[in-house]
Amino acid sequence: MNPAAASPSVCAPSRSGRALSEAIEKAWAGERLQRRDAEALIRCPDLNLLGELATAARFRMNPLPRVTYIVDRNINPTNVCVARCRFCAFDRLPGDPEGYVLSKEEIFTKVDELLQVGGIQVLLQGGHHPELGIEYYEDLFRSLRERYPSLHIHGLSPSEIVHVSRLSRLSIPVVIERLEAAGLNSIPGGGGEILVDSVRQRIAPGKAMSGPWLTVMREAHRRGMRTTATMMYGHVETLDDRVEHLLLLRDLQDQTRGFTAFIAWPFQPGGSELDLPRSGAQEFLRINAVARLVLDNFDHQQTSFVTQGDKLGQLALFFGCDDFGGTMLEENVVSAAGTQCLIPIERIEHCIRSAGFEPRRRNMYYEVLQ
Amino acid sequence: MTLATAPTVRGALQRRPELRGHPLLSCEDLRTLERIEAKVEAGSRLDFEEGLFLFRTPAIHRVGSLANRVRETRHGDRAYFVLNRHLNPSNYCVYSCSFCAFAKKPGDPEAYRMSLEEVQKLVAEQFEPDLSEVHIVGGIDPKLPYSYFIDLLRVIKAVRPSLHLKAYTMIEIEWLSRIGRKPVDAVLDDLLEAGLGSCPGGGVEVLSDRVHEALFPGKLGPDQWLETARRVQQRGIRMNATMLYGHIESDEELVRHMVRIRDLQDETGGFLTFIPLAFHPANTELSHLPGPTGVLDLRTIAVSRLMLDNIDHVKTYWIMQGLGIAEVALDYGADDIDGTVVQERITHAAGARSPLGVNREELIRLIRNASRIPVERDTLYEKLVPIDPVGAADYNELRERAQ
Repeated sequence: MNPAAASPSVCAPSRSGRALSEAIEKAWAGERLQRRDAEALIRCPDLNLLGELATAARFRMNPLPRVTYIVDRNINPTNVCVARCRFCAFDRLPGDPEGYVLSKEEIFTKVDELLQVGGIQVLLQGGHHPELGIEYYEDLFRSLRERYPSLHIHGLSPSEIVHVSRLSRLSIPVVIERLEAAGLNSIPGGGGEILVDSVRQRIAPGKAMSGPWLTVMREAHRRGMRTTATMMYGHVETLDDRVEHLLLLRDLQDQTRGFTAFIAWPFQPGGSELDLPRSGAQEFLRINAVARLVLDNFDHQQTSFVTQGDKLGQLALFFGCDDFGGTMLEENVVSAAGTQCLIPIERIEHCIRSAGFEPRRRNMYYEVLQ
Repeated sequence: MTLATAPTVRGALQRRPELRGHPLLSCEDLRTLERIEAKVEAGSRLDFEEGLFLFRTPAIHRVGSLANRVRETRHGDRAYFVLNRHLNPSNYCVYSCSFCAFAKKPGDPEAYRMSLEEVQKLVAEQFEPDLSEVHIVGGIDPKLPYSYFIDLLRVIKAVRPSLHLKAYTMIEIEWLSRIGRKPVDAVLDDLLEAGLGSCPGGGVEVLSDRVHEALFPGKLGPDQWLETARRVQQRGIRMNATMLYGHIESDEELVRHMVRIRDLQDETGGFLTFIPLAFHPANTELSHLPGPTGVLDLRTIAVSRLMLDNIDHVKTYWIMQGLGIAEVALDYGADDIDGTVVQERITHAAGARSPLGVNREELIRLIRNASRIPVERDTLYEKLVPIDPVGAADYNELRERAQ
């Protein structure tokens, strides 16, 4: 079948074709991809081939035919936000009647519900509230730690940490140190969007630029704290911006090895200021495949079923992903943009099994739970 | 037919590096897969066992890639869609198929039956001026006389003579033969005279006596469905064939279904399009079943393309598979995404989350997202209008446009 079987060299019609052929050979051999390889692969027209390459890379990285997920819950303590990101439909300005700050009791109730279904982790992320500084979060984390000693607190994305550091006039390392002392266990990779400042200036001028975002992650990793990394694509960025984003993450990971996983999802247009079409299903699979190939020092990659639904969420398991992410139980941010595909745990397990993998529950460190 | 050249944007990669080995396959399975790939390359027909192997192998991208080569050899980068509407005249039904959430019994508050006047009004007032096709399928409603089915076509044609009427499954044709006390050929004469254009491919479900007995014993069985389809095609009427998957059927039964459709096509040649239908369990007697997942959707599309070597088109029916899968399926063997549909009732009664209908621009965007060339078609693929000029297609150009 293989048309190239007779001649191992590739006769592609153009320079870009040659670059792509070289990138494919390197990807299949498991060699580290350079920028030009990534820029070629992200333009590869053959979806099946990208899937083939990414699946091979996934099995090199994670040889067992199993797919993990974590029973966790999203809690968004506040939707009041001064960042005014143009892609966001969740945020409310101070004074808006729809703005809220959850009380501790409300948060406890949510955690209780999580524990009842066997959950082990909360994902605490919210708006950049102009009055909630370090004391608020220290108090919240301490109360949670006191009440739920074994609960894993995965919280405050880098842009929130930068916001708190500005508000409380503290350095980033001090903020992380104090939050960790109060009970924070790990930091989610939210707010990464695309780590290219020209893109961030256009979509999120009020939020941390790429330098501070990476600094938070570097500081956290230096303290031994693990974090995840994300990418929100499909808005004003170019294909090369996506490559730049992946390479920045890979460079930092080379230095720190602190990232546990990478997660990509598309911008959700509903209800936000950016009037752009929704990016396609193929794009989701392609970016996952390319990320798996470029991020050769990331152990794990999550599929974003919340934005894609269970069918495409499952297909991403054949485009580099080995993890179904969190059960969430509640989601407020992308659902504000009209997208919500929360899936019951049984359905998650069914999707994993019917793709030919064994489902396994894990913790934040990707340790499989018995 | 051999797969020599495919003048497509993906064709630039035809001579790609050999990817030795496979992370998910044993050496023996890899050899089997390579043998099947060589057969397809040579244009040879795959047998049942080979179809079953393709259906079960974890190497879904290899199967998808092979199906895509066949798809591109037949259709290049084109992906077809039609401006159509569904019309379901009644949801009263004498049958009680366990996979159906659409059928209602007398006394059910959700039951409805459209009068001919209502149909006429609907066509006159709501049908879009550029509409090309009406897909007409309904419940087997015992209160509707033979003449209703004939007059329904006449009424629509009287208002909009240019519309193509794709009407009545084999189930309805056979029912008409019973209530009209006429042979199928005479029924077809009446329908053609009233304006019938072609027949939809529904009602066949799975060509398996076991599944028939378990899920829809009241309705036409496999042999009768094939016999009715044979008569329809011998009368010169083009039709589609469907296959309902993702319920209680086995892999063998699905592949056997494809082989039986292929056998009839060898004889009659009247099937235009093969359409795998993804089962939706909600509100049916089978609501305890999980329904198909994305991997099964793609597998079914790809294996259908590879097995049905004598049927021109394989459709990803977005209403049932979902818009996302439809976009991906265009790289796994599908060349057609159905149409605008406008008001779908049958799958949505079973909890489908896809929209009831989409507009032309959304279909075009979906196809461009897959870096294909959208081609607006009529029902019989006779009038084809490419939305992008063919020949100017360059992958990255299509990709930039999709962004």
